[in-house]
Amino acid sequence: MDTWRELVDPDYPAIVWNTLRISFEITVWCILLALPCAYAIARMPQRWRAIIAGSIMLPFWTSFVVRVFAWKTMLHPEGWLQSCYFVFLRVRAWLFDWLPGFLQDFFVWLGFAGSGPIDPASSTILDSEAAVVLVSVYSFLPFAIMPIYTAAEKFDFSLLEAARDLGARSFYAFRKIFIPGIRQGVVSAILMVFIPAIGSYVIPQMLGGTNCVLIGNKIFMRAIQNRNIPHASALATLMAVSVLVPIAIAMWWKKRQDAIGRKRLEEQTARTMVGRV
Amino acid sequence: MNDFLVFDHVTKRFGAMTAVNDVSLSISKGEFFSLLGPSGCGKTTLLRMLGGFERPDSGRIYLEGKDITDLPPNQRRIHTVFQNYALFPTMTIWDNIAFSLKLAKKPKAEIEEAVDNILEMIQLSDQAWKYPSQLSGGQKQRVAIARALVDRPSVLLLDEPLAALDLKLRQHMLIELDTIHDQVGITFLYVTHDQGEAMSLSDRIAVINKGKVEQLDGPAKIYEAPASRFVASFIGDTNFFEGEITAIDGDYCYLAVDGFPQIKAFNDKSLKVGQKVDLSVRPEKIRVTLAPPLPEKGASINVFPSTVKDIVYQGVYTKYWIESSGLRIAAIKPHSRFLLDQEPITWNDDVFVWWHPDDGYMVEVQ
Ligand SMILES: Nc1ncnc2c1ncn2[C@@H]1O[C@H](COP(=O)(O)OP(=O)(O)OP(=O)(O)O)[C@@H](O)[C@H]1O
Ligand SMILES: [Mg+2]
Repeated sequence: MDTWRELVDPDYPAIVWNTLRISFEITVWCILLALPCAYAIARMPQRWRAIIAGSIMLPFWTSFVVRVFAWKTMLHPEGWLQSCYFVFLRVRAWLFDWLPGFLQDFFVWLGFAGSGPIDPASSTILDSEAAVVLVSVYSFLPFAIMPIYTAAEKFDFSLLEAARDLGARSFYAFRKIFIPGIRQGVVSAILMVFIPAIGSYVIPQMLGGTNCVLIGNKIFMRAIQNRNIPHASALATLMAVSVLVPIAIAMWWKKRQDAIGRKRLEEQTARTMVGRV
Repeated sequence: MNDFLVFDHVTKRFGAMTAVNDVSLSISKGEFFSLLGPSGCGKTTLLRMLGGFERPDSGRIYLEGKDITDLPPNQRRIHTVFQNYALFPTMTIWDNIAFSLKLAKKPKAEIEEAVDNILEMIQLSDQAWKYPSQLSGGQKQRVAIARALVDRPSVLLLDEPLAALDLKLRQHMLIELDTIHDQVGITFLYVTHDQGEAMSLSDRIAVINKGKVEQLDGPAKIYEAPASRFVASFIGDTNFFEGEITAIDGDYCYLAVDGFPQIKAFNDKSLKVGQKVDLSVRPEKIRVTLAPPLPEKGASINVFPSTVKDIVYQGVYTKYWIESSGLRIAAIKPHSRFLLDQEPITWNDDVFVWWHPDDGYMVEVQ
């Protein structure tokens, strides 16, 4: 019980929140990138598909840690990614200034944006949250592409032609027909990325420095460095709960949507049947 | 009026293969027009060019006087009923049908009215909130038609819409399609390789072979006066006699065919002596009897003795295969009380085969 009380450390809510927020960011980016990739692969001629799908798995032939190390060199303060990062920060700050005040406050409160102005000296991409998100997206992307691609391969692409034929622009058809059609694949992709993202500690450890400490790092610290196993396991439980809660909410939401949908159907059936009697 | 929808010298190649070869067609408004041809002759390719899914390599397509060749599919007032229906599996029947109306951002009340009306027309109001996977083949078919018709396109394309249905349902849907066409008055462009469907529905038929239009005519004209040997053999059954014109006698002419006495045929195209022709005689126009035909008729009809090789009973009629001078001739004979009184014909009987000269149709051989 004491260990549970120890968890009421003022740091922890912030760390849990950060972990969820960053995992969410990673998941969103992965899905956004995986959808067009999977679509493109599924539309290729049969012969090419196998080659491309194989090359997506290619990175797994080298060790994960080695790849993260490679990133560490690429993210070096004198590398070109650093310059990109600056441009990114500038653009983001510029966009941020356009937002109304309450939205600015809201984003700061969520932790998506810092409140201070950019300081070029301290804004290195290495040891930043951006590095963690970037490399995590890179590492988890295959896990997002694979389930979506598997679903997309079974998708009947003549449905997109039918939608175009009935007057839909390509993107509308993609959004309204393709994405619902591969819903199962997207759901598994989200789980495949979100869950390991929450538990990841190698990437934040090596690339996040002190600016991006996630719950995985804390567990690692408590268990290996401090040898405080009870505390570590309490944290692990906390993490598990923090994964389960959003999933439970998502499931509840889905149930509610289904119920609403069913009610709508009943109402509409009633409507169509009126005036027919 | 006749240039509502125009294909102007349209050609489409896939690699070395020419799928559509210099096709020119004019279709009028409100017409039920069929493209009929064997598998792989380029019918679907023609439709896909009209729908905007393929670009012709050369030639233009005009709709209501406007060049639509380069328009994307969503900007054409042309809808397709696909061969596999292509209903959206994640949407209810109602939402499937409302798809094009919602895209056009019509007011809600208008959408509801239009969808409810068309559901009533296809008699599926009570199935509106099911998903496509819960419907039977014929119902899906009707939903696909309703979805394509609900926003009143200029042209409706139907790509072998009945191919997946069984015979009874197909006959039923044929009648429904005809009714729907009469109700909506939209131009229908119907693709099929089933001559029966094309004949019973169409105002005009274009018979296509290897990417080229072989004949464009009304159904009766295509059956009775085929423009080529291909058309004659593709539409219904027929017997060919290959010969050469040897003499002209008024409106008639005489043919020399290997192994046969002179054959007389109606020469409506005023062909000259020496022209090589294929004479097509439909099986239902050939008579088979044990006794020779009466002499006063015998003067003007084609008669020759031959042997019965095969008899196939087919319910509605019996089909006889008769061999004469090495040529197998098919003839059919309906059943009725009158015919039963005659002496029945059996295998290897010596019989007389005869037909009236007007019942043969000559096709020139190049
Ligand atoms: N995308 C394509 N790539 C290469 N060849 C094609 C393509 N589409 C069609 N073809 C070829 O063009 C020819 C005409 O095809 P099309 O689909 O128009 O035939 P069809 O008349 O509709 O036949 P069916 O009655 O079997 O549907 C065929 O030989 C086919 O192999
Ligand atoms: Mg076809």
